[in-house]
Amino acid sequence: MRLPDDTGEPAAPRDDDAALRPFVLTSGRAAHGDLALDTLLRADPTGAPLTVAAAPQARALLRLCRGGTLSVAEAAAHLELPVSVVLVLADDLVASHHLRARSEPPPTAPGTDLLQRVLDGLNAL
Amino acid sequence: MDSTPSDGPVGRHRVSYVADSVTETAKILVVGDFGVGKTTFVGTVSEIEPLRTEETMTEASVGVDDLAGLDGKTTTTVALDFGRITLGGSLVLYVFGTPGQRRYWDMWAGLAQGAVGVLVLADTRRLEGTFDVLGELEEHGLGPIAVAVNEFPDTVRHPEPDLRRAMDLLPGTPLITCDARDRTSSLAALTALTRHALTTGRPTA
Repeated sequence: MRLPDDTGEPAAPRDDDAALRPFVLTSGRAAHGDLALDTLLRADPTGAPLTVAAAPQARALLRLCRGGTLSVAEAAAHLELPVSVVLVLADDLVASHHLRARSEPPPTAPGTDLLQRVLDGLNAL
Repeated sequence: MDSTPSDGPVGRHRVSYVADSVTETAKILVVGDFGVGKTTFVGTVSEIEPLRTEETMTEASVGVDDLAGLDGKTTTTVALDFGRITLGGSLVLYVFGTPGQRRYWDMWAGLAQGAVGVLVLADTRRLEGTFDVLGELEEHGLGPIAVAVNEFPDTVRHPEPDLRRAMDLLPGTPLITCDARDRTSSLAALTALTRHALTTGRPTA
Protein backbone atom coordinates (compact mmCIF):
# COMPACT_ATOMS: atom_id res chain seq x y z
CA MET A 1 0.00 0.00 0.00
CA ARG A 2 1.26 3.44 -0.90
CA LEU A 3 2.11 5.68 1.98
CA PRO A 4 0.74 9.19 1.95
CA ASP A 5 3.44 11.58 0.84
CA ASP A 6 4.14 15.15 1.79
CA THR A 7 0.67 16.18 2.85
CA GLY A 8 1.83 17.61 6.12
CA GLU A 9 -0.55 15.26 7.89
CA PRO A 10 0.44 12.65 10.42
CA ALA A 11 0.86 9.20 8.96
CA ALA A 12 -0.88 6.17 10.33
CA PRO A 13 0.94 3.63 12.45
CA ARG A 14 2.83 1.28 10.14
CA ASP A 15 1.14 -1.83 11.35
CA ASP A 16 -2.36 -0.49 10.95
CA ASP A 17 -3.78 -0.69 7.46
CA ALA A 18 -7.22 0.26 8.69
CA ALA A 19 -5.96 3.65 9.79
CA LEU A 20 -4.09 4.19 6.55
CA ARG A 21 -6.99 3.23 4.32
CA PRO A 22 -9.17 6.32 4.85
CA PHE A 23 -6.21 8.48 4.11
CA VAL A 24 -5.55 6.87 0.74
CA LEU A 25 -9.22 6.76 -0.20
CA THR A 26 -9.66 10.45 0.28
CA SER A 27 -6.18 11.47 -0.86
CA GLY A 28 -5.74 13.10 2.50
CA ARG A 29 -8.61 15.53 1.97
CA ALA A 30 -11.11 16.50 4.58
CA ALA A 31 -14.77 17.18 3.89
CA HIS A 32 -15.84 20.77 3.21
CA GLY A 33 -18.14 20.88 6.20
CA ASP A 34 -21.43 21.19 4.34
CA LEU A 35 -22.36 17.68 5.39
CA ALA A 36 -22.68 16.32 8.90
CA LEU A 37 -23.24 12.97 10.56
CA ASP A 38 -26.98 13.44 10.50
CA THR A 39 -27.26 14.88 6.98
CA LEU A 40 -29.71 12.78 4.97
CA LEU A 41 -28.45 11.42 1.65
CA ARG A 42 -30.44 10.12 -1.29
CA ALA A 43 -29.35 9.17 -4.80
CA ASP A 44 -30.22 11.78 -7.43
CA PRO A 45 -32.46 9.90 -9.88
CA THR A 46 -31.19 12.09 -12.72
CA GLY A 47 -27.54 11.39 -11.90
CA ALA A 48 -25.31 10.11 -14.70
CA PRO A 49 -23.46 6.80 -14.26
CA LEU A 50 -20.24 7.06 -12.30
CA THR A 51 -17.04 7.21 -14.30
CA VAL A 52 -14.79 4.19 -14.42
CA ALA A 53 -12.34 6.05 -12.22
CA ALA A 54 -14.77 6.16 -9.30
CA ALA A 55 -13.61 4.32 -6.18
CA PRO A 56 -15.46 1.12 -5.25
CA GLN A 57 -16.43 2.81 -1.98
CA ALA A 58 -18.07 5.67 -3.89
CA ARG A 59 -20.00 3.12 -5.96
CA ALA A 60 -21.08 1.29 -2.84
CA LEU A 61 -22.28 4.54 -1.25
CA LEU A 62 -24.27 5.48 -4.32
CA ARG A 63 -25.76 1.99 -4.57
CA LEU A 64 -26.79 2.13 -0.92
CA CYS A 65 -28.42 5.55 -1.38
CA ARG A 66 -30.37 4.38 -4.43
CA GLY A 67 -32.42 2.21 -2.10
CA GLY A 68 -33.72 5.14 -0.06
CA THR A 69 -32.75 7.91 2.33
CA LEU A 70 -30.05 7.42 4.95
CA SER A 71 -27.94 9.69 7.14
CA VAL A 72 -24.18 9.96 6.62
CA ALA A 73 -23.68 8.06 9.90
CA GLU A 74 -25.96 5.21 8.83
CA ALA A 75 -24.28 4.97 5.43
CA ALA A 76 -20.87 4.80 7.14
CA ALA A 77 -22.04 2.04 9.47
CA HIS A 78 -23.56 -0.05 6.68
CA LEU A 79 -20.54 0.39 4.42
CA GLU A 80 -18.17 -0.22 7.35
CA LEU A 81 -16.22 2.92 6.52
CA PRO A 82 -15.09 5.68 8.88
CA VAL A 83 -17.42 8.67 8.99
CA SER A 84 -14.64 10.96 7.81
CA VAL A 85 -14.30 8.93 4.60
CA VAL A 86 -18.02 8.87 3.88
CA LEU A 87 -18.17 12.64 4.40
CA VAL A 88 -15.56 13.14 1.67
CA LEU A 89 -17.12 10.58 -0.70
CA ALA A 90 -20.57 12.09 -0.18
CA ASP A 91 -19.21 15.60 -0.69
CA ASP A 92 -17.87 14.55 -4.10
CA LEU A 93 -21.04 12.68 -5.08
CA VAL A 94 -23.21 15.66 -4.14
CA ALA A 95 -20.95 17.98 -6.16
CA SER A 96 -21.23 15.65 -9.18
CA HIS A 97 -25.04 15.49 -8.79
CA HIS A 98 -25.08 11.78 -8.04
CA LEU A 99 -26.32 12.31 -4.50
CA ARG A 100 -28.65 14.85 -2.96
CA ALA A 101 -28.27 16.06 0.58
CA ARG A 102 -31.83 16.07 1.82
CA SER A 103 -31.45 17.99 5.03
CA GLU A 104 -29.92 21.39 5.60
CA PRO A 105 -26.42 21.81 7.01
CA PRO A 106 -26.78 21.91 10.78
CA PRO A 107 -26.97 25.33 12.38
CA THR A 108 -24.82 26.07 15.40
CA ALA A 109 -27.81 25.43 17.61
CA PRO A 110 -31.29 24.14 16.78
CA GLY A 111 -34.06 26.73 16.83
CA THR A 112 -36.97 26.83 19.24
CA ASP A 113 -39.32 25.51 16.57
CA LEU A 114 -37.20 22.40 16.00
CA LEU A 115 -36.74 21.81 19.73
CA GLN A 116 -40.49 22.06 20.25
CA ARG A 117 -41.12 19.49 17.53
CA VAL A 118 -38.52 17.14 19.04
CA LEU A 119 -40.24 17.51 22.42
CA ASP A 120 -43.72 16.97 20.96
CA GLY A 121 -42.47 13.99 19.00
CA LEU A 122 -40.87 12.37 22.05
CA ASN A 123 -44.00 12.98 24.11
CA ALA A 124 -46.13 11.36 21.40
CA LEU A 125 -44.12 8.11 21.38
CA MET B 1 -39.90 2.05 4.73
CA ASP B 2 -37.96 -1.07 5.53
CA SER B 3 -36.27 -2.54 2.53
CA THR B 4 -33.02 -3.98 1.35
CA PRO B 5 -31.54 -2.64 -1.86
CA SER B 6 -32.00 -4.97 -4.77
CA ASP B 7 -28.22 -5.21 -4.99
CA GLY B 8 -28.28 -7.25 -1.84
CA PRO B 9 -27.45 -6.63 1.78
CA VAL B 10 -24.75 -4.17 2.69
CA GLY B 11 -22.57 -4.76 5.71
CA ARG B 12 -23.74 -6.82 8.65
CA HIS B 13 -26.98 -5.03 9.34
CA ARG B 14 -30.24 -4.90 7.51
CA VAL B 15 -30.68 -1.47 5.93
CA SER B 16 -33.68 0.35 7.33
CA TYR B 17 -34.18 3.48 5.27
CA VAL B 18 -35.53 6.76 6.59
CA ALA B 19 -39.13 7.44 5.55
CA ASP B 20 -39.41 9.45 2.33
CA SER B 21 -41.41 12.15 4.12
CA VAL B 22 -38.48 13.02 6.40
CA THR B 23 -36.73 16.28 5.56
CA GLU B 24 -35.22 17.32 8.84
CA THR B 25 -32.96 15.83 11.50
CA ALA B 26 -32.02 16.55 15.07
CA LYS B 27 -29.41 14.88 17.24
CA ILE B 28 -28.72 14.23 20.88
CA LEU B 29 -25.36 13.20 22.26
CA VAL B 30 -25.12 10.64 25.05
CA VAL B 31 -21.75 10.82 26.79
CA GLY B 32 -20.45 8.64 29.57
CA ASP B 33 -17.72 6.34 30.77
CA PHE B 34 -17.23 2.85 29.45
CA GLY B 35 -19.64 0.47 31.11
CA VAL B 36 -22.12 3.15 32.12
CA GLY B 37 -24.77 1.87 29.72
CA LYS B 38 -24.48 4.16 26.66
CA THR B 39 -24.77 1.33 24.16
CA THR B 40 -27.73 -0.13 26.02
CA PHE B 41 -29.39 3.28 26.22
CA VAL B 42 -28.94 3.95 22.50
CA GLY B 43 -30.27 0.49 21.62
CA THR B 44 -33.26 0.90 23.93
CA VAL B 45 -34.50 4.18 22.46
CA SER B 46 -33.66 3.38 18.82
CA GLU B 47 -36.33 2.24 16.38
CA ILE B 48 -33.68 0.59 14.21
CA GLU B 49 -31.11 -1.97 15.17
CA PRO B 50 -28.45 0.24 16.77
CA LEU B 51 -25.49 0.86 14.50
CA ARG B 52 -21.84 1.36 15.18
CA THR B 53 -19.46 3.36 13.10
CA GLU B 54 -15.96 4.47 13.71
CA GLU B 55 -14.27 7.78 13.49
CA THR B 56 -10.55 8.15 13.19
CA MET B 57 -9.13 11.02 15.13
CA THR B 58 -5.67 12.38 15.55
CA GLU B 59 -4.37 12.88 19.03
CA ALA B 60 -1.11 13.96 20.49
CA SER B 61 0.64 10.83 21.53
CA VAL B 62 2.09 10.49 24.98
CA GLY B 63 4.90 8.20 25.99
CA VAL B 64 7.96 6.72 24.44
CA ASP B 65 6.46 4.53 21.74
CA ASP B 66 6.11 7.23 19.10
CA LEU B 67 7.23 6.24 15.65
CA ALA B 68 10.03 8.41 14.40
CA GLY B 69 9.04 11.29 12.15
CA LEU B 70 5.36 11.29 12.97
CA ASP B 71 5.44 14.69 14.63
CA GLY B 72 4.21 13.33 17.92
CA LYS B 73 0.73 12.44 16.77
CA THR B 74 -1.07 9.20 16.29
CA THR B 75 -4.45 8.20 14.90
CA THR B 76 -6.91 6.36 17.04
CA THR B 77 -10.30 4.94 16.28
CA VAL B 78 -13.34 5.87 18.33
CA ALA B 79 -16.48 3.78 18.18
CA LEU B 80 -19.72 5.68 17.85
CA ASP B 81 -22.95 3.85 18.69
CA PHE B 82 -26.08 5.44 17.42
CA GLY B 83 -29.76 4.92 16.89
CA ARG B 84 -32.69 6.65 15.22
CA ILE B 85 -36.15 7.73 16.32
CA THR B 86 -38.71 9.02 13.82
CA LEU B 87 -40.68 11.87 15.39
CA GLY B 88 -43.76 12.66 13.36
CA GLY B 89 -43.80 12.69 9.59
CA SER B 90 -40.86 14.86 8.66
CA LEU B 91 -38.35 14.68 11.51
CA VAL B 92 -35.89 12.06 12.73
CA LEU B 93 -33.82 12.24 15.89
CA TYR B 94 -30.41 10.59 15.95
CA VAL B 95 -28.97 9.57 19.30
CA PHE B 96 -25.18 9.24 19.32
CA GLY B 97 -23.37 7.53 22.17
CA THR B 98 -19.72 8.44 22.65
CA PRO B 99 -17.14 7.59 25.29
CA GLY B 100 -16.48 10.27 27.87
CA GLN B 101 -12.75 9.85 28.30
CA ARG B 102 -10.65 12.94 28.11
CA ARG B 103 -8.91 11.87 24.93
CA TYR B 104 -12.19 11.79 23.01
CA TRP B 105 -13.28 15.29 23.95
CA ASP B 106 -12.29 16.88 20.67
CA MET B 107 -14.51 14.45 18.87
CA TRP B 108 -17.61 14.88 20.92
CA ALA B 109 -17.17 18.62 21.11
CA GLY B 110 -17.59 18.54 17.33
CA LEU B 111 -20.57 16.23 17.59
CA ALA B 112 -22.26 18.53 20.07
CA GLN B 113 -22.38 21.28 17.43
CA GLY B 114 -25.98 21.68 16.39
CA ALA B 115 -27.23 19.10 18.86
CA VAL B 116 -30.38 19.46 20.94
CA GLY B 117 -28.13 18.82 23.89
CA VAL B 118 -25.86 16.44 25.72
CA LEU B 119 -27.14 13.73 28.03
CA VAL B 120 -24.45 12.71 30.50
CA LEU B 121 -25.04 9.14 31.60
CA ALA B 122 -23.81 8.49 35.13
CA ASP B 123 -23.28 5.49 37.36
CA THR B 124 -23.54 6.40 41.04
CA ARG B 125 -21.09 3.62 41.91
CA ARG B 126 -18.41 5.50 39.96
CA LEU B 127 -19.49 9.13 39.97
CA GLU B 128 -15.93 10.33 39.54
CA GLY B 129 -16.19 9.22 35.89
CA THR B 130 -18.72 12.02 35.44
CA PHE B 131 -16.72 14.87 36.95
CA ASP B 132 -14.33 15.38 34.06
CA VAL B 133 -17.07 15.17 31.44
CA LEU B 134 -19.23 17.74 33.21
CA GLY B 135 -16.27 20.01 33.78
CA GLU B 136 -15.27 19.88 30.15
CA LEU B 137 -18.82 20.52 28.91
CA GLU B 138 -19.14 23.56 31.16
CA GLU B 139 -15.73 24.89 30.29
CA HIS B 140 -16.46 24.80 26.57
CA GLY B 141 -20.02 26.02 26.92
CA LEU B 142 -21.35 22.85 25.32
CA GLY B 143 -24.87 21.95 26.06
CA PRO B 144 -27.58 22.19 27.17
CA ILE B 145 -26.76 19.36 29.55
CA ALA B 146 -28.88 16.94 31.50
CA VAL B 147 -27.55 14.17 33.73
CA ALA B 148 -29.23 10.77 33.74
CA VAL B 149 -28.28 8.34 36.48
CA ASN B 150 -28.51 4.86 35.05
CA GLU B 151 -29.78 2.66 37.84
CA PHE B 152 -28.23 -0.76 37.88
CA PRO B 153 -29.84 -3.56 39.91
CA ASP B 154 -27.31 -3.09 42.70
CA THR B 155 -27.32 0.70 42.60
CA VAL B 156 -27.64 2.25 46.02
CA ARG B 157 -30.17 5.08 45.80
CA HIS B 158 -28.89 8.45 46.91
CA PRO B 159 -31.03 11.49 47.66
CA GLU B 160 -31.03 13.96 44.78
CA PRO B 161 -29.43 16.82 46.75
CA ASP B 162 -26.52 14.51 47.61
CA LEU B 163 -26.03 13.55 43.98
CA ARG B 164 -26.23 17.17 42.87
CA ARG B 165 -23.66 18.17 45.43
CA ALA B 166 -21.39 15.25 44.55
CA MET B 167 -21.44 16.18 40.86
CA ASP B 168 -21.46 19.92 41.56
CA LEU B 169 -24.42 20.38 39.21
CA LEU B 170 -25.72 23.82 38.40
CA PRO B 171 -29.16 24.39 39.94
CA GLY B 172 -30.84 24.42 36.52
CA THR B 173 -29.27 21.23 35.21
CA PRO B 174 -31.87 18.45 35.11
CA LEU B 175 -30.98 15.30 37.02
CA ILE B 176 -32.99 12.26 36.01
CA THR B 177 -32.94 8.65 37.08
CA CYS B 178 -33.39 6.10 34.34
CA ASP B 179 -33.04 2.44 33.54
CA ALA B 180 -31.16 2.23 30.24
CA ARG B 181 -32.88 -1.10 29.51
CA ASP B 182 -36.32 0.45 29.77
CA ARG B 183 -37.60 2.44 26.79
CA THR B 184 -40.11 4.62 28.62
CA SER B 185 -37.64 5.76 31.26
CA SER B 186 -34.85 6.29 28.70
CA LEU B 187 -37.14 8.33 26.46
CA ALA B 188 -38.11 10.35 29.55
CA ALA B 189 -34.43 11.27 29.96
CA LEU B 190 -34.33 12.53 26.35
CA THR B 191 -37.55 14.44 26.96
CA ALA B 192 -36.14 16.10 30.08
CA LEU B 193 -33.05 17.19 28.15
CA THR B 194 -35.12 18.58 25.27
CA ARG B 195 -37.44 20.44 27.62
CA HIS B 196 -34.39 21.91 29.34
CA ALA B 197 -32.99 22.98 25.95
CA LEU B 198 -36.24 24.79 25.19
CA THR B 199 -36.39 26.59 28.52
CA THR B 200 -32.76 27.71 28.54
CA GLY B 201 -33.73 29.90 25.61
CA ARG B 202 -30.35 29.68 24.02
CA PRO B 203 -29.97 31.99 21.01
CA THR B 204 -30.36 30.28 17.65
CA ALA B 205 -27.80 30.47 14.89
